[in-house]
Amino acid sequence: MTKHQSSRQNNLHIPEPKFRPGQTNDFAHLKIPNVDEAPKPAIDCNPHNIRDLAYGLIRVLDDEGQAGGAWNINITPDILRQGLKDMLLTRLFDDRMQLLHRTGKISFYMKCTGEEAISVAHSLALKNSDMVFPSYRNQGILISRGYPLLDMMCQCLSNSRDNCKGRQLPIMYSWKAGNFFTISGNLATQFSQAVGWAMAEARKGGNRVCTTFVGDGSTAEIDFHSALTFAATFNPPVILNIVNNQWAISSNQVVAGGERTTFAARGIGVGLPSLRVDGNDFLAVYAASKWAADRARAGYGATLIEHFTYRVAPHSTSDDPSAYRPADEDKNWPLGDPLERLKTHLINIDEWSEAQHEQLAEQYTAEIKAEYKQAESYGTLTSGARPDVSSMFEDIFEEITPNRIRQRQELGL
Amino acid sequence: MAQMNMLQAILSAQKCMLERDDNVMIFGQDVGYFGGVFRATEGLQAEFGAQRVFDTPISENGIIATAIGMSINGMRPVAEIQFSDYIYPAFDQIASEASRIRYRSGGEYSTNITIRTPCGGGIRGGQTHSQSPEGIFTHISGIKVVMPSNPYDAKGLLISSIESNDPVLFFEPKRLYNGPFYGDPNAPSIGWDTHEKGEVPEGHYSIPLAEAEITRTGEELTIITYGTMVHVVETAVKQTGVDAEIIDLRCLSPIDYDTIINSVNKTGRCLVAHEATKVGGFGAEILSIIQENCFWKLRAPIERVTGWDIPYPHAFEWEYFPVPKRVGKAITRIMEA
Repeated sequence: MTKHQSSRQNNLHIPEPKFRPGQTNDFAHLKIPNVDEAPKPAIDCNPHNIRDLAYGLIRVLDDEGQAGGAWNINITPDILRQGLKDMLLTRLFDDRMQLLHRTGKISFYMKCTGEEAISVAHSLALKNSDMVFPSYRNQGILISRGYPLLDMMCQCLSNSRDNCKGRQLPIMYSWKAGNFFTISGNLATQFSQAVGWAMAEARKGGNRVCTTFVGDGSTAEIDFHSALTFAATFNPPVILNIVNNQWAISSNQVVAGGERTTFAARGIGVGLPSLRVDGNDFLAVYAASKWAADRARAGYGATLIEHFTYRVAPHSTSDDPSAYRPADEDKNWPLGDPLERLKTHLINIDEWSEAQHEQLAEQYTAEIKAEYKQAESYGTLTSGARPDVSSMFEDIFEEITPNRIRQRQELGL
Repeated sequence: MAQMNMLQAILSAQKCMLERDDNVMIFGQDVGYFGGVFRATEGLQAEFGAQRVFDTPISENGIIATAIGMSINGMRPVAEIQFSDYIYPAFDQIASEASRIRYRSGGEYSTNITIRTPCGGGIRGGQTHSQSPEGIFTHISGIKVVMPSNPYDAKGLLISSIESNDPVLFFEPKRLYNGPFYGDPNAPSIGWDTHEKGEVPEGHYSIPLAEAEITRTGEELTIITYGTMVHVVETAVKQTGVDAEIIDLRCLSPIDYDTIINSVNKTGRCLVAHEATKVGGFGAEILSIIQENCFWKLRAPIERVTGWDIPYPHAFEWEYFPVPKRVGKAITRIMEA
């Protein structure tokens, strides 16, 4: 009998992140391309000719904060400054809300620290009339679109002014006037819904774009795959964004199949143009988002974008990342901090200064404090005014049904 | 009035709504060019165009998710799930999304989708083409669950479902598509032209959701049922000669409490019949309603005749199905109690 030397014994492969607590992740294994490596195709390109963009990394800002490369679309300083302001406000808002959780004022919170550029740049690259089917870490879009901080706080407090009427966990916002869909909490369900919204838009012959977000972990959900299939089949004006922030609670992106290929490459299999972008580079996210929105608006259909970033924050206030990843991992992240990078760039081009930055941070901190004072006057989850309790039986259907009327009476209301 | 079988009535309802409301869009597996495996959308694409009536990928999850998305952008989608046995990949989109969007958004957003899906057995469909999963969905707050038993009701209820601003799951008992089924698989098939509910107006009309219909008035016993079993029960009532009142629920959620309670309080006896399996089935909810509201008027224990607690077996379809004989035995037990 011949012994097959080349055969290997089967062994169930359990993927593991490269580094765990107590170790130092230097991210040396990551290949970070230069800004001039990724070509920028025309919006009417054949998706099959741009496959390399799904494996590379679109970057505009280099390590010194200089803009360059094909994706440098010369964004006006006004937009860059607006982006910096929105990112700063988002970060300070997050910090304040996290603090409120520690003091017991709110029950739950999710920060987007380190990921601000993705929501804010994407939002500014699109029109406010474009529809968003968000995930739970897209507060930067709300802030960029001008949703009042007071409304966000009241939602988080589940108080008498909460537009979700006390029914949703904090941060599960809904803002219809801002074309921001109600956040689910069940992962990825919005991804395939967004494709349907865009299909309706295409049928109407409209020119609004739909954008939607999902995490690296939830690309494993059925909705991600049906979204890609339907997007490829009907090619509606939708932007499918994957925020690859490396971690899904404690599960590294390797557990979502991230070892084999990039998340952007998921789009290649269905023939969608797929971009992989430095998610900590405001200019790159803006340019890629604008490219996808221009394509969609011009009738070329759907685009997939992987935003490559790092979740600096814990998953939520219920999470302690020190239990599963090196404590200083975020400090070593090779793509830096999106806020610092944009600030450096703006200072480099003489459109911003440290003094202005400090002054703005102070101003925002004071504003957030004042807004919170007002928000608290409408009550908190544990004290003060609440939404009308009897309203919890409403909005099941357009009209309340007899069983719910009886149950409301049984509750004494 | 025209003679229609249940498929023609369902087709007519969809055609009617496509004509009346430009926002109505119809889609699902094989529903476009081909007109559906049961022909329930036959000719609609040719008449109304592929932008409004089209085929989708084989993804129940994707069908319902995109339907929800379309509704958020002003459409009034009617999605077909080819067999209700295949609805489960869409469960999250139905149970966690469609049913809760109005609630979770504080009423800011809502979805009006209608999901049509053939259900029930009696067509030699085996365990993957015969299920009656309505009880899984009646447990969910936020989705209406409808099941007609005849062409007239099917059209009127489907129009109401499509016009409703709430999500509706519309179950179509496929054994009734071509004619009423009285419970004997060996009897020659008969068409809906033999039944008064096969007379269907060609134009628009609607039947309110949550209104049960008393299909036979009686004094001695109330039988509460829906779908195919409405006709099977009728046979059993004839065979036993009991003066039974038969209630066709038509809409399971929301449910018509008054019709049930008033009838059982009148007769003091009650039988519940459905084709779905027994444990945790919708019949249990009906029994609870009666127990809570009619206990002191009851003269006999309430009984249930249902499918057995097994998957629908291909070769033993008629041993599974709650045939008139089983219904009759239960009627006799109740009357003798």
